[in-house]
Amino acid sequence: MLDLGLEVLSKGNNMLRLLGGLWVALKISLLSVGISIALGILLGALMTWKNPVTKAILRVYLEFIRIMPQLVLLFLVYFGTTKAFGWDLTGEMAAIIVFVLWGTAEMSDLVRGALISIPRHQYESSEALGLTREQIYFYIIIPQALRRLIPLSINLITRMIKTTSLILMIGVVEILKVAQQIIEANRMSSPNAAFGIYLTVFILYFIACWPISMIAKHLERKWR
Amino acid sequence: MKNFKRITALASLLALTLAVSACGKQGSTDETAEAENTGDQKAVVYRTLDEIKESGTINIGVFSDKNPFGYVDENGEYQGYDVYFANRIGEDMGVEVNFVSTEAANRIEYLQTGKVDIILANFTVTEERAEEVDFALPYMNVALGVISPDSNVVQSLDNWSADDEMIVISGTTAEKYLIETYPDIPLQKYDSYATAKNALENGNGVAWANDNTEVIAFALQNKGYTVGIPSLGSQDTIAPAVSKGNETLLNWINDEIKALGEEQFFHANYEATLVDTYGLEFQESLVVEGGQVQ
Repeated sequence: MLDLGLEVLSKGNNMLRLLGGLWVALKISLLSVGISIALGILLGALMTWKNPVTKAILRVYLEFIRIMPQLVLLFLVYFGTTKAFGWDLTGEMAAIIVFVLWGTAEMSDLVRGALISIPRHQYESSEALGLTREQIYFYIIIPQALRRLIPLSINLITRMIKTTSLILMIGVVEILKVAQQIIEANRMSSPNAAFGIYLTVFILYFIACWPISMIAKHLERKWR
Repeated sequence: MKNFKRITALASLLALTLAVSACGKQGSTDETAEAENTGDQKAVVYRTLDEIKESGTINIGVFSDKNPFGYVDENGEYQGYDVYFANRIGEDMGVEVNFVSTEAANRIEYLQTGKVDIILANFTVTEERAEEVDFALPYMNVALGVISPDSNVVQSLDNWSADDEMIVISGTTAEKYLIETYPDIPLQKYDSYATAKNALENGNGVAWANDNTEVIAFALQNKGYTVGIPSLGSQDTIAPAVSKGNETLLNWINDEIKALGEEQFFHANYEATLVDTYGLEFQESLVVEGGQVQ
């Protein structure tokens, strides 16, 4: 039997600490996901406007966030705001701000894509039926766009959960950092612990992300 | 016409992005320049000794995954050589210690923004770093070491036979030092710790040069190997660091280190935290007492 060094998990509070780390990661990512979806839908709808000014501003915002690596954004918000404005944000707060900025940008582009993918004749037929603009969006366009949005946004949500592994760089001790701490603390007594601990981390991430995929599948089937 | 419109739109977008990023850059360089020029008058990022004492808590940045210097045990408590010292600082200052988990790559930022008061994360003193932060007196030595099999212990690098090869890990200070100081020694370079370890065990090279803390720990864990040269090359030191200009705190730490030297505090620290990894015989070469490098 391969020695995975799993015995270190039963030492002291190690397993509890890992779960605590998972909770930190989930708390930050799910809170950000919730805010990002709401703001993203709003901005995505704005992006389909014909107004060139809003279009340009949103475009610049999207491209800026898309080009910047998340790690750079984290450093900018956590250390940069202290240097520039003297704000003393906690690591968690800085992480949520960055994840909301990032999630909103990507979500709004997904919403925009879903909205413009609805064929023109859907709008035109609704107009021919005499529906008002609000009615067209509410009854015809949004329900169809939402269905197209689900698989895309699941990708984004799971990606946001996994990217929390970067926030250890701004001093937030989440699941991956706890894992590294446990591995290093037992470097001498269980040199193989890295395999077992990372395997456990993998399983915990999976348990966290799997229900989201299941919900998405369920919704997709229900709204078909 | 349509194409032309698109191109102008694209061009203006590009110009706008460039302008935004240029502004950002200029803004930040101006600010840092200003902060340096005006020094104390402008918003001071750090907390003075009195402010720390008043608040009742000191923030100390340590490693949380570098056993045995700074790590977290199975009960979630910070432990290690650096942490032992940090706890003593808190005790003598009469404040609680709040440990902040730092990484090698963000230690300077933490001090520059005042998010921690002291960095005690195995911080090696270098000239480049001394321009960004203020180092206090050292409390540990770090140097290179050479390990070789018991059957043929390498004790000196002089009169090196051209047939023998030295194992190093690429990008380490050991590689740099050997190329500069002993250009005649043929090097066998490996990318990772694991491959270099295999090479030594398979006898691909006669010896392995690395940080002395690493090779000493290796010799103690693996029977049949001896550290023939425990300390080689330029002696670097490890010291606490504070934000640039935080003199009250820096002076307090320096006085503390000197005072602790009288009770041989760092020897006690070594015996409490490092002896399991390095054994007693390397105590004198690793520990710096009272800030005095021997």
